[in-house]
Amino acid sequence: MARIHLERLRHSYRAAPNPQVDADWALRGLDLEWSDGGAYALLGPSGCGKTTLLNLISGLLQPTQGRILFDERDVTRLEPGQRNIAQVFQFPVVYDTMSVFDNLAFPLRNRGIAEAEVQRRVREIAAMLDLEATLEHRAAGLTADGKQKISLGRGLVRSDVAAILFDEPLTVIDPHLKWRLRSKLKELHQRVARTMIYVTHDQTEALTFADQVVVMFDGQVVQSGTPVELFERPAHTFVGHFIGSPGMNLLPCTLDAAGLPRFAGHAVATASSQANAARGRLEIGVRPEFVHFAADGIPVQVERCADVGRFRIVDARAGEQLIKLVVAEGEPIPATSAHVAFDPARTRLYADGWVVQ
Amino acid sequence: MRTVNQKAWWLVLPVVLLVAFNAVIPLMAVVNYSVQETFGNNEFFFEGVRWFQQVMQSARFREALGRQIAFTGIVLAIQIPLGVAIALAMPHKGWGVSVCLVLMAMPLLIPYNVVGAMWNIFALPDIGLMGWGLNRIGIDFNYTRQPVAAWVTLVAMDVWHWTSLVVLLAYAGLSAIPDAYYQAARIDGASRWAIFRHIQLPKLKHVLLIAVLLRFMDSFMIYTEAVVLTGGGPGNATTLLSIDLVKIALGQFDLGPAAAMSLIYFLIILLLSWLFYTVMTKDDAER
Repeated sequence: MARIHLERLRHSYRAAPNPQVDADWALRGLDLEWSDGGAYALLGPSGCGKTTLLNLISGLLQPTQGRILFDERDVTRLEPGQRNIAQVFQFPVVYDTMSVFDNLAFPLRNRGIAEAEVQRRVREIAAMLDLEATLEHRAAGLTADGKQKISLGRGLVRSDVAAILFDEPLTVIDPHLKWRLRSKLKELHQRVARTMIYVTHDQTEALTFADQVVVMFDGQVVQSGTPVELFERPAHTFVGHFIGSPGMNLLPCTLDAAGLPRFAGHAVATASSQANAARGRLEIGVRPEFVHFAADGIPVQVERCADVGRFRIVDARAGEQLIKLVVAEGEPIPATSAHVAFDPARTRLYADGWVVQ
Repeated sequence: MRTVNQKAWWLVLPVVLLVAFNAVIPLMAVVNYSVQETFGNNEFFFEGVRWFQQVMQSARFREALGRQIAFTGIVLAIQIPLGVAIALAMPHKGWGVSVCLVLMAMPLLIPYNVVGAMWNIFALPDIGLMGWGLNRIGIDFNYTRQPVAAWVTLVAMDVWHWTSLVVLLAYAGLSAIPDAYYQAARIDGASRWAIFRHIQLPKLKHVLLIAVLLRFMDSFMIYTEAVVLTGGGPGNATTLLSIDLVKIALGQFDLGPAAAMSLIYFLIILLLSWLFYTVMTKDDAER
């Protein structure tokens, strides 16, 4: 078990990447520190570099630049086998010719662990994963989720692993089993107290699994925080847009003489105290949950209303711009013309995508 | 009541005709010859199973069969492991892949009689590079006189000609293994041998079954290359089943015994192929 520290990590799949050209880099430089025993999620769209980051941590890839430290030990140039890392892949990997027991014992036997210890560890892990009944069966005959449990078990069986990495492990699992395996993972994390890093592009998976979610976009970390932080204080417009359903409203704005953001002719109060110093492409970001109808405010035309159960999502138009609102059940919705107002504490100014403090 | 439309038979007819003319009718002609005696003039006399008894009891047939089994056993024992080893050593990306694949495919594109002729000259002790070279380094090698030398040349030729087939099949099988298996193995700390034993070999099982079957059937029926290379000699040292069969059928014109031998030959191949297939797929059935 270990604290994981990534130091100015950059990676490129090109033979001779140009340090100045961002497009050459799959990972554009990141610093992260993960404490021992935490549950972390790497969240981002396909191609954002999250699998690359995972493979760098496990040692399947060597970083072009930067260092990886487990506790104080520099493991940057070590092979995966020497790093004490376990990794579970998107597609279940089982050794077909072996029994379930031998599959689980494989990582231990490869490391020359005494057979008595192997027996003890494998039975313990099999009990945790409900695999006891199938221990003597051929692994090839199992269902997809059974196979993925074996992959999981091979990760958990070693007592010396610094961290267990999951690369979208539930992608090929049926929806109803997905839910079961996900709660199993959460339970296992509490029982074994190992650092777990979970890669996914599914926000529900990330937010339910992790204490700390790292959102990646285009080869960089745009925000790292608790699910609540990501929801209430998005550090980047991408986080606002990617997390939450529907995503955050982004309204192009200008600064007036007093340094206040103005949208559609109206001054908008925000939580960004340094708004007057902001430069670049400016946008006001506010989640639909923090927009409400008001007697006075930005005039809008109500266009559409979608009932999604416990609340309704209203599309309102202010000139060219669409604003989404979340309206609780039972609250009245104006028929056509109305005014909307934003909660100032939950409204922020973004300059070139990044939040203005 | 269910109505059955019999028109579908018309759709099968072309294939039935093709198979009939291509396989069934010639085979039946052989069956016909195998139970009759002829002295020319298109006169035939029924002989029952006499030719079958004669073939089964003949030492000549048993010797040819023994040589045939030995030859097939040797080439399988060399070509399958060697082919897998070469496939494992081949590059997986870059320009080397195409170069290797073209080099590997080359021997397969050469006509059988040319292969025989090439090796016939290549192994000649006076002017052939191999034969001359071996004699130069002090090995007495003359495949036209020494049975062992003839066998070595014959096996070397077949290995050169056909190992590529095993390589290409095994390479295709290896390419189909997802990267995640190798990555998982690296994480699990598996040795090179463990990767081969537990990932590559099991995933290669089905292509290797095809390779073994193809190589078994082909090598069991080898004729052209062997005839061009040694003509069955020296003496009868390399007279394999097919060579002997042609000698009986066309050399001595003993149609009956030759037909009976053909059928026995055919049944042996069928039986052994079935045996290979059953043994190699037994594991799957047990699941």
